[in-house]
Amino acid sequence: MDTFYTDLLCVGAGLAGERAAIAAASQGYETICLSLVPPRRSHSSAAQGGMQASLGNCIMGAGDNPDVHFTDTVKGSDWGCDQEVARLFAETAPIAVREAAFWGVPWNRVVAGKGTYFKGGKQYEKVELKEKEHLITARDFGGTAKWRTCYTSDGTGHTLLFAMDNEVVKLGVTVHDRVEAIAIIHDGETCMGVVARCLKTGKLRVYLAKATIIATGGYGRIYQETTNAVINDGSGAAIALNTGVVPIGNPEAVQFHPTGIVPTNILVTEGCRGDGGTLKDVNGERFMDKYEPAKQELASRDVVSRWMMHHIRLGKGVPSPYGPHLWLDIRHLGEKHIKTKLRDVEEICNEFLGVDPITQMIPVRPAQHYSMGGVRTNKDGAAYGLKGLFAAGEAACWDMHGFNRLGGNSLAETIVAGKIVGEKIAEFLQGYEVNFRTDVVQDCVKKEQERIDNIIKGKDGKENAYALRNEMQAIMFEKVGIFRNGSDLKAAVEGLQKVYDRANHVGLRSGGVGANPELAFALKLKGMVRLALCVAYGAYKREESRGAHAREDFPERNDRDWLKRTLATWKEGDDLPTLNYEIPSKVWELPPGDRGYGSAPIIPSEDPAVIGGKKPENK
Amino acid sequence: MGRPLKFNIFRYNPMDPGSVPHMEVFHLEETDAMTLFVALNRLREEQDPTLMFDFVCRAGICGSCAMMINGKPDLACHTKTRDLPQEITLMPMPVFKLIGDLSVDTGSWFRGMNEKVQSWIHTQKVFDPKAQEEPMTNERAEEIYELERCIECGCCVAACGKANMRPEFMGATAFNRVARFMLDPRDERSDAEYYEVVGTDDGIFGCLGLLGCEDVCPKKIPLQDQLGILRRKMGFSSIQHLFGKVFARK
Repeated sequence: MDTFYTDLLCVGAGLAGERAAIAAASQGYETICLSLVPPRRSHSSAAQGGMQASLGNCIMGAGDNPDVHFTDTVKGSDWGCDQEVARLFAETAPIAVREAAFWGVPWNRVVAGKGTYFKGGKQYEKVELKEKEHLITARDFGGTAKWRTCYTSDGTGHTLLFAMDNEVVKLGVTVHDRVEAIAIIHDGETCMGVVARCLKTGKLRVYLAKATIIATGGYGRIYQETTNAVINDGSGAAIALNTGVVPIGNPEAVQFHPTGIVPTNILVTEGCRGDGGTLKDVNGERFMDKYEPAKQELASRDVVSRWMMHHIRLGKGVPSPYGPHLWLDIRHLGEKHIKTKLRDVEEICNEFLGVDPITQMIPVRPAQHYSMGGVRTNKDGAAYGLKGLFAAGEAACWDMHGFNRLGGNSLAETIVAGKIVGEKIAEFLQGYEVNFRTDVVQDCVKKEQERIDNIIKGKDGKENAYALRNEMQAIMFEKVGIFRNGSDLKAAVEGLQKVYDRANHVGLRSGGVGANPELAFALKLKGMVRLALCVAYGAYKREESRGAHAREDFPERNDRDWLKRTLATWKEGDDLPTLNYEIPSKVWELPPGDRGYGSAPIIPSEDPAVIGGKKPENK
Repeated sequence: MGRPLKFNIFRYNPMDPGSVPHMEVFHLEETDAMTLFVALNRLREEQDPTLMFDFVCRAGICGSCAMMINGKPDLACHTKTRDLPQEITLMPMPVFKLIGDLSVDTGSWFRGMNEKVQSWIHTQKVFDPKAQEEPMTNERAEEIYELERCIECGCCVAACGKANMRPEFMGATAFNRVARFMLDPRDERSDAEYYEVVGTDDGIFGCLGLLGCEDVCPKKIPLQDQLGILRRKMGFSSIQHLFGKVFARK
C-alpha cells in the first residue's frame, strides 16, 4: 500500500484548501493537497461575480469599511452567524484581495470621471474620483450598503484560482489530483490522516498527517436542481460526519440562488442584477420593486428567491416544458457592458440556452446554490471533536454566513479563511507530534477495503447507486426546498430513511476494476444520504424561519427559542443524526434586529447577553 | 420523438488486463436541448456503468471535459447534439496520457507546463498587508484578463500538429501564458528571462504556424496574435542573445 507522510494534508484543492496549503508551506511545513480533479478545475473556478472586500475605492463604495461589511454580513446571516468570525472576516478581506492582486489577479480598476450605471432598469450618472483612479474597483451585490464586490469581469473565481494555483506551483506544493479521501483515520480523539482512493487506478492509499484540513466545498448535489458542479457531493463533510464525533453545523441552512438558468441550472451571476439587471414575469413586468421597495432586485438571495417562488405560485411564471420560470433582463445594460463585464454570462446564455442576452431575456428560476452548513469549527478553523482536524471554505461551518450568505462573501471566505486557518495550522504544527498508531491505521484500511469488496461483489445486495441518488435528490428538491413545512419535512425524513436503509445494500452492476466511476460513486452514496438526512431532520426540528430556512408553519424568526446553531453528529448504527444545539455567537456586537429587507415577524430574545439590555423592535 | 443517435465511443481500461482498445457502439434517443454532458451521463447510468469520462462544472468554465468530437477537440459539456450529425464519434484527446475511455490526464500535463513556463508573478517585492494595492489601468487589467481566460482544457494541444509529433513541445497554451505575464507590470522578468523559458525548438521557435490551436479554442482566445507577438519578441531577444555571445567572446 502506498503510504505518504506529511505535516499538513489538504483534502480539497480549491481556493480555501490551496490558500491554507500556501500558508503552511510558506512556513516550511511539508504539505500535500488531495483533489478529485486537477486543482484549477475545482468549483471555485465557477464563481463569477466577485468577492466582497471593503476597499471603498469606487465612488459608490465611498466611506465603506470593515464595520459596514460586518454589519451587512450579520444582517445577511439573519443573526445566525458567529459575530467574532464575521468581524475577523470583514477586517481581513481587504488584505486578502490585495494579496490576490500581488499574486497576479487582474482585478478591474477604477476609471476616473463620469460614467453611468443602471438601477431598477433606470440609468443614473456617477463620477469616479481622480485620486482613486487605477485602484481596485467594485460592483453592487445584494444585501450590501455599499458597492463592495471586487471583480475580474465575471470570471473572478477563475482568475483567483489560477493565481492561487500559480503560488502553489511556485512553492512546489505537492498536489495529488484525482485522489478521493474516503475515510478519516482517527482513534476518537486525534485525526491521523485519511484513507484515499486513486481515481486513476482505483488503488487505495494511506496519507498520514499531523494536521488534516477538509476543504472540499459544499454538498449541493444532494439536490436535484443545483448550480453546483458534479463534484460537489459533500464527500469531505461526509467523512467528517462518519467519524461519529465531528458535527455538521447548521446543515439545514441551504441557499437557493435566484438566477439558475432554465433548464440545466447553470448559474448566471448576481452581478447581472448588481449591474442593474431586472427580474420580470410572464407579462414582462417587474415585481421585486413591489415586494421589496428598498432593495428591489438586490435584497439578499433568500429573500429574492422566496419572492420569485411566491410570484410563480401566483401564476405569474412563464410556462415552459421545464416548468414555470421568470425572466432576467440585462438587455438595457448594453452590448459593451455585457461583452466586457458579463462575458461568461453572454457565453453561457448563447451556448447553453441559444439566447442572446444583448437582445433577449434569460429564463431563470431559483436553484440550490450554497451550503452555509458544514464541518463545525471554532474561529481558528479547528473542527469540533478531533484534534488535528480543520476545515475551511464552503465545507466548513466557521460560521460567518449563519442562515444566509451574501453574494460575494463565499469567494472572500475561501481566501480569508484559507489564510487565517492556514496560519493557525502552522501555529498548531509548531512542536506538535502525533503517534500514528499502526493498529488504528490498519483497522481503517481493512474496513475500507472490505467495504469496497462487498460493494463490488454485491455481498449486501444489488441496489443501484444512481437510482437511489435520484430518489434522494427528488425528495430534497420537493420537500426540503425554499418553502418548508412540518408535514413535508417529516415525509422527507421518512423517505430518506428508506433510501438510507437501501443504501446499505448497494451492489455494482460493473466489475469495479481500475478507475471505475460506478464504484467511486457507490462509495460516497451513503455519506450523501446521511448529509441529506442532517439537512432534512435539522430543518424539521427547527421550528422558526431564519434566513434561507423558511417554515410556512413557523413564519417568525424566533430569537427567544431558536437563536442557536444546530450540531448534527452521526452515531454508527443509527438511521438519524443526533442533534445538539449551541449559542451561535459569544459576542453580540450587533444585537438581533430588523434586516431592512424581507420583513418578517420577530419573536425577540429575552437574553440580556444577546440584546445588550435593549429589547429589539418587534415588527 | 427525437432522432435516434448512434455513438461510436473509444473504450479501453488500462487497469483491466482483459481490456483491449476498441470502439463500441451505443444508441440513445435525442432529447430536447441534449448536450454531450447529458448524453454521456445517461449512457453511463442507463447502459454501461464502466464508461469513463470527465465533467466538473458542466458550464464551459472548468475545462475538464475536452474530447475529440467527430475528429475535433472541443468541450463536451457545451456541445449540443442537435449541432452534430446522427452518428457521433467520441475519442479521448491525443498527446495526454490515457486514464480510460474518454478520460485523459490533463492535470499532470498542465502542472508540468506551469512549472516549465514558471507561471507565476516574478517579483523581488514582498507583500505588505498594510499597503494599498499597486495601481494599474483598467485597460491593462482587461488585456491581462483576455489571456487569463485560458481554462487549460487542452483542446489547443490536442489540435497541434507539432505537439502530436513531439511530446516536449510546449503548445499554444504555454505561449499564451507567457504572453499573459509579459503584459503584466507586476512581473519583473526581462525579455531575456522569458527567452530562457520559451526561446527553444520545444518553445516558440518550434511552432509550425498551422494554427489549429486558434481554430479550436473554446474560449476564443486570440492565440494566433500571441504566437506572432511572442515569436517577434523572442526572435529579437535571440539576436540580442547571439550578439551578446559574440561580444562576450571578444
